[in-house]
Amino acid sequence: MKQPGRILLGLFCLLVAVWLVAPTIVVVPMSFNDKKSLAFPPSGFSWQWYQNFFTNPEWSASLVGSLKVAVVTAVFATVIGTLAAFGLDRMKSRVSGVLRALLITPMVVPGVVLAVGIYAVYLDTRLVGTMTGFVLAHTMLAVPFVIIAVSASLEVFDKRLETAAASLGATRLTAFRTVTLPLIAPGILSGLLFAFVTSFDEIIVALFITSPYLKTLPVQIFSSITRDADPTVAAVGTLLFIVTSLVIGAGLLIGSRQGKR
Amino acid sequence: MATITTDSRNTGPAVAADDRRRWFRGQAFWLVAPALLLLVVCLGLPLAIMTLRSFSEPQWGWQNYAWFFGTPVNLTVLQRTFAISAWVTLVCLIAGYPYAYVMTAVGPKMRLVLILCVLVPFWVSGVVRTLAWVILLQDSGVINSVIRAVGLSPVKLIRTQTGVVIGMAQVLLPFMILPLYSVMKTIDLRLMQAARSLGASPARAFAQVYLPLSLPGVYAGAIIVFILALGFYITPALLGGPRSTMLSTLIQNQVLSLLNWGRGGAMGVVLLIATFVLLALAAPLSRQPHKTGSTR
Repeated sequence: MKQPGRILLGLFCLLVAVWLVAPTIVVVPMSFNDKKSLAFPPSGFSWQWYQNFFTNPEWSASLVGSLKVAVVTAVFATVIGTLAAFGLDRMKSRVSGVLRALLITPMVVPGVVLAVGIYAVYLDTRLVGTMTGFVLAHTMLAVPFVIIAVSASLEVFDKRLETAAASLGATRLTAFRTVTLPLIAPGILSGLLFAFVTSFDEIIVALFITSPYLKTLPVQIFSSITRDADPTVAAVGTLLFIVTSLVIGAGLLIGSRQGKR
Repeated sequence: MATITTDSRNTGPAVAADDRRRWFRGQAFWLVAPALLLLVVCLGLPLAIMTLRSFSEPQWGWQNYAWFFGTPVNLTVLQRTFAISAWVTLVCLIAGYPYAYVMTAVGPKMRLVLILCVLVPFWVSGVVRTLAWVILLQDSGVINSVIRAVGLSPVKLIRTQTGVVIGMAQVLLPFMILPLYSVMKTIDLRLMQAARSLGASPARAFAQVYLPLSLPGVYAGAIIVFILALGFYITPALLGGPRSTMLSTLIQNQVLSLLNWGRGGAMGVVLLIATFVLLALAAPLSRQPHKTGSTR
């Protein structure tokens, strides 16, 4: 009696899974297209779009721009977010609840609204198209992710360990450096990764504050899609997919090894 | 401030500990201060300036809001923004609820596969994903090839509202599935067995036992999907046509193309208020009655 229902449920899930994954997979064959078109399936095989990505200065400049912004953003956001997570952890719960909600608002403010406001401020302060401008905006957007990641590992951190270290004569700084930091390092690391990805993938604010001198990769992808059917975009997508898979795979591997130890 | 003064009634050795704690709390504030400063400079100031301009340009007054609510096109777009968001939320719920349930019911290996399927969309840049939807939905695209192969007549998907909903729902589905799953995995399935053994039909056991217990996850997922959908910009801009424009596109157009900061600002304020009113209304609904075990 239960079997048909189960099979139906299974098929439904398969369909949802395909729907979730299909857009990621479909980009891969497109990137080897031999013609400048996005028709599917591609008519022949070539590497030219990968060559184009690495040799065309427009693409390589935007990749370098994105990497610079994302690295600096990730460092700033991780420091600011980790400090904030520690502060929130040591506050009265009512105060920290309000502050936490406040600090996480960048996640729910509609992107275009935020972009319009930031663009207005940057026009007045001449920050449009500058590294400082990008890093400021992206750090603000990335800090909530760091706070969430670090708070999660602080929640399971046993504070008596710090007290124990202090009772053995460690100063606050020593206790922090040798006891607390190593134990919450996974949280900080995942916060750092989240911050990097947030900046690397951010497009709406970037579209507003971009300039010919500083362009990020998503902006370049967007303008390429709106301009013409250029399979280079698919090549970029495939490369990003492979790099991310490798990073996540390595993370899982390290994680499972540590788990076994 | 009042709370601090009432604290100082403590006497004896407690005072020292209390002083220490208060000093600690004062220090805690300084740890949060950089994040708050950044928030004020990069979020508070921009939103304040946008709001100011919505009242001050071209001259002081409510003119931009009168224009917004007095122009039928704007009201159509506002209504459409809410309608598309509601559709996306519904599609995500219909697809996500059974999926999240199956995640709780299968073995650990299969669960890992299902979780990976949810997370894979995050691995690829959002813009690239939208490009993939262009490839899939276009008139000569994959979906229409399949439809034609089956022998049906092709459907217009790109530059339509249906196409926008399909693309947006795929991007937002993980935000529905993850809260649903985190609530569902805390539900004790023996409760369903108990209901069955007491004579309830499977449908009734589901409706009266499982569904109410899973509602916090439904609310949490629905509200986050709806709010994120309201502010969507990239997907409607690339997949939609003139008849599926959403509010974000209109705002961008006013500011970047028409340089009309007053009108663009007024629309931004409307979208912002809508977002926060919804958030405030829905926040109590999604609060879980019991704390879930996992930190995810």
